[in-house]
Amino acid sequence: MRLRRGATGVTHRSRPVSRAGPRGDESHTRRVPFPFPPERDRDLYRDAAAMAVGIAIVGASFGALATAAGLPWWIPVAMSVLTFAATSQFAMLAVVTAGGGIVAGLVAGVLVHLRHIPYGLAVGDLYWDKWWTRLLGTHMLIDQSTAFALAAGKDRRRAKAAFWITSVIMFIAWNTGTVVGVLAGAYIADPDALGLDAAFPALLLALVLPSLKDRDTLLAVIAGSAIAVATAPFLPTGLPVLLALVGLLAAWPRGGKKKEAGA
Amino acid sequence: MTMAAVLALAVGVYLVRFAGPAVRGRIKVSERTETMMKRGAMVVLAALVVTGAFVVDGGFAGWALPAGVLVGGVLAWRRAPILVVVIAAAGTTALLRLAGIA
Repeated sequence: MRLRRGATGVTHRSRPVSRAGPRGDESHTRRVPFPFPPERDRDLYRDAAAMAVGIAIVGASFGALATAAGLPWWIPVAMSVLTFAATSQFAMLAVVTAGGGIVAGLVAGVLVHLRHIPYGLAVGDLYWDKWWTRLLGTHMLIDQSTAFALAAGKDRRRAKAAFWITSVIMFIAWNTGTVVGVLAGAYIADPDALGLDAAFPALLLALVLPSLKDRDTLLAVIAGSAIAVATAPFLPTGLPVLLALVGLLAAWPRGGKKKEAGA
Repeated sequence: MTMAAVLALAVGVYLVRFAGPAVRGRIKVSERTETMMKRGAMVVLAALVVTGAFVVDGGFAGWALPAGVLVGGVLAWRRAPILVVVIAAAGTTALLRLAGIA
């Protein structure tokens, strides 16, 4: 074995071999320095990893908050694994710890999650292949995986890679963070003091920005955002961003028969 | 909160996630519908950015938060890598708060 191209490049004895060799056969020659992360999607891993640190800290604050509210450790941990939806988990936790009751907590948790319906409409086809990718992909549908997949544009392979890479990294980060928060409790830093509440909108903004070159999308986004901000003080969390879909009317395609797109 | 409540939330959230693709599978998706659905998701994400930057608990979030998001946005516009965008946004907000600006 010989090292090539720095510390990451591991090369084995030369042997001609087809590219589609059996999985895990390590005796193959590799021109690529090291198979993981693959060169073509390395930027996706890097970007998702950048966000993962922030998500882990927010997850830790969730775990810490839940245990501080007197819940046994397995409740926040199970919630993070089974729900994997930060806003829903925080919403339900807030309502329940405020004495609002389980049912109100469930309603709040599901309400803030309804924005995933338009997400599923937009990127659902990326994982609608086999039964298990459907089951798993459905669980992996989050803000970040949707935004990264949409940012890939028309490149379908890239969009699929973006969806899975970001969601799996976020899943690991969110759940690791939750466990750490449960264990470390009071030692967890306040995510707001670290400015992490700015990191999430900034990430989404960076991913949305390129699509705004399209004039119709820009119009719809401006109208929708205005509606969301204007209604946010009056409506329960979760509804304003859905109401933003009305903004689609600002650039509704003329002519031809109407379609049932949008909400 | 009991395990039953945790499971109930998980099921509710899963069904919401399932709804989009399920509807998608039942309608014939024309190219224009596809465009509108993608645009719809963009609109929701953008609304999440704007409400996330300006609104906290139904009130104005204070200046530190939108300022950080704005710095991130400008950097993204200048094609900075996402890592830089995210760190700059969080750093700006954190520093402003440290300086006493809410």
